[in-house]
Amino acid sequence: MAQAIAAPAQVARPAKRASRRVLPGFGLTLGYTLFYLSVIVLIPLSALVFSSFTLTWEQFWTAVASPRVLASYRLTFGASFLAASVNLFFGLLIAWVLVRYRFPGKRIVDALVDLPFALPTAVAGIALTSLLAGNGWIGSLLEPLGIQLAFKPAGIVVALIFISLPFVVRTVQPVLEDAERELEEAATSLGATRWQVFTKVLLPSITPALLTGFAMAFARAVGEYGSVIFIAGNMPMVSEITPLIIIGKLEQYDTAGATAVAVVMLVISFVLLLLINALQTWQRRRAGASS
Amino acid sequence: MKIRLLLAALALGTSSIASAQTSLLNVSYDVAREFYKEYNPAFVAHYKKTTGKDVKIDQSHAGSSAQARAVNDGLAADVVTMNTTTDVQFLADNGVVAKDWQTKFPNDASPTTSTMLFMVRSGNPKGIKDWSDLIKPDVKVIVVNPKTGGNGRYAYLAAWGSVREKGGTDAEAADFVAKLYKNVPILAKGGRDATATFVQRGIGDVLITFESEVVSIEREFGKGKIDAVYPSVSITAENPVAVVERTVAKKGTAELAKAYLDYLYSDEAQEIAARHAVRPRSEKVLARHADVFKPIKQFTVAKYFGSLTEAQKVHFNDGGQFDKLYTPGK
Repeated sequence: MAQAIAAPAQVARPAKRASRRVLPGFGLTLGYTLFYLSVIVLIPLSALVFSSFTLTWEQFWTAVASPRVLASYRLTFGASFLAASVNLFFGLLIAWVLVRYRFPGKRIVDALVDLPFALPTAVAGIALTSLLAGNGWIGSLLEPLGIQLAFKPAGIVVALIFISLPFVVRTVQPVLEDAERELEEAATSLGATRWQVFTKVLLPSITPALLTGFAMAFARAVGEYGSVIFIAGNMPMVSEITPLIIIGKLEQYDTAGATAVAVVMLVISFVLLLLINALQTWQRRRAGASS
Repeated sequence: MKIRLLLAALALGTSSIASAQTSLLNVSYDVAREFYKEYNPAFVAHYKKTTGKDVKIDQSHAGSSAQARAVNDGLAADVVTMNTTTDVQFLADNGVVAKDWQTKFPNDASPTTSTMLFMVRSGNPKGIKDWSDLIKPDVKVIVVNPKTGGNGRYAYLAAWGSVREKGGTDAEAADFVAKLYKNVPILAKGGRDATATFVQRGIGDVLITFESEVVSIEREFGKGKIDAVYPSVSITAENPVAVVERTVAKKGTAELAKAYLDYLYSDEAQEIAARHAVRPRSEKVLARHADVFKPIKQFTVAKYFGSLTEAQKVHFNDGGQFDKLYTPGK
């Protein structure tokens, strides 16, 4: 497969005519792309950064590094990582079942996956809280066993799993659909066990998609506010997420402090996404080399 | 064709300007929605009768300080009606409302007040009668996070002041408040969130919240399920109002805005307020609703804290008293 892609490039190279591109208008489209991206993403974000500039370095540091805020970073990123990891596995499972099997009600299940996308997050939060609270359907069964989910960090993880699930499923699904059955059949005919077929043939081809799904689920979870505040209990140092800290600072009319924390979140999220992207590129290159 | 379109657009534009002069935007807090829904038609009728002019009142509701921020950032409110003086003071500090807004209307520009009460489970199984009962080790207290809600700030100040009213020192008050928050299992984000936690999820033994909320819970869920408890003393929570000078100067609605807020002090408006469980300033109306508003000894924020703005600085800002007293997980 890698050779097939490489071949036309090699043909094209000798015919390098004053570096003219096949499609016209690259300059224009690139210019427009950068302009649009700036208007929609970069300018709002730079406004955020600039409004935190009213703080001195020391004020900035006390705003973003007080123990309470640090605890909230740990919780936000930790719970998001856990939730995305859980979805990495179960999202793959759901995508697998949806792609490989036929069963009655499949379309309904397929549509259900998208529900967390469309649902207002506050609705998800209220629903999950009333389900998991001590007098809810599930909470009342778990609490006698000493398991308390609502108003604990565990509840936050549950909410984040719920809202970030579609990201993994929807990125893995098309790739899984495109995976060539012939390759698996060839592997089987050459004597590979089903586990070997999965780990050696299928998994390498879907890993980049899985990583993308993971990254998106993670990013979504980090930014989540609506569903979490209902289920978190919002105790400082224990179950207070960073977005709540930001809201708290705004309630004190401490806009600069709020943006300072927001900037920190922005930087951490961006670095993490960049890392995952790099990991994905590396993975894709490695998978390409081995096949 | 194009000219006609332009004319139509122009006509539309001017008509919206014309209607803008006779419409008024009241930016308010969440729970006041029902009250103003009833107050607005009453005012429109009153205004028509006294001046012969038709007016239209628009209302906007969300969290009180979120609304104050929106107005500060340019939301064209003619009047603001809030539930904490800090929010109006913030607008005054930024020159959006008059510096001396508190003197522009009677009673420190707050036509209604509320106070903080307790809500307990039916029959009061833990025997909660007063503030001192809240620090018993087996009592779980539901309260709003003072960092995210005015409701929570008043609850904290009421608890603090209850010690001072009995002759305690600030140090004793701090000690009491610290003990109280040790009994708090969940910090709700806002008043309604706290109500849902206590009533619908069945968490906690006592809820500290506004009297108006207590009355509406009783109406919503029936008196049998939960009981209101009147502690020996509580705080006066003012609901301040102000004209947004910036907007009325631009729109020429100063007179209308003043009339709108003045009418809040009329017997008719005070009666509507009483029906919505906020304490009217009018003694006469208050006496008529004595069954709802049981007499309770109250102290003002000014008595122990100077003003809410000062209390905010000393107690609730990052690194303030609340942060010092309250560090769960340790």
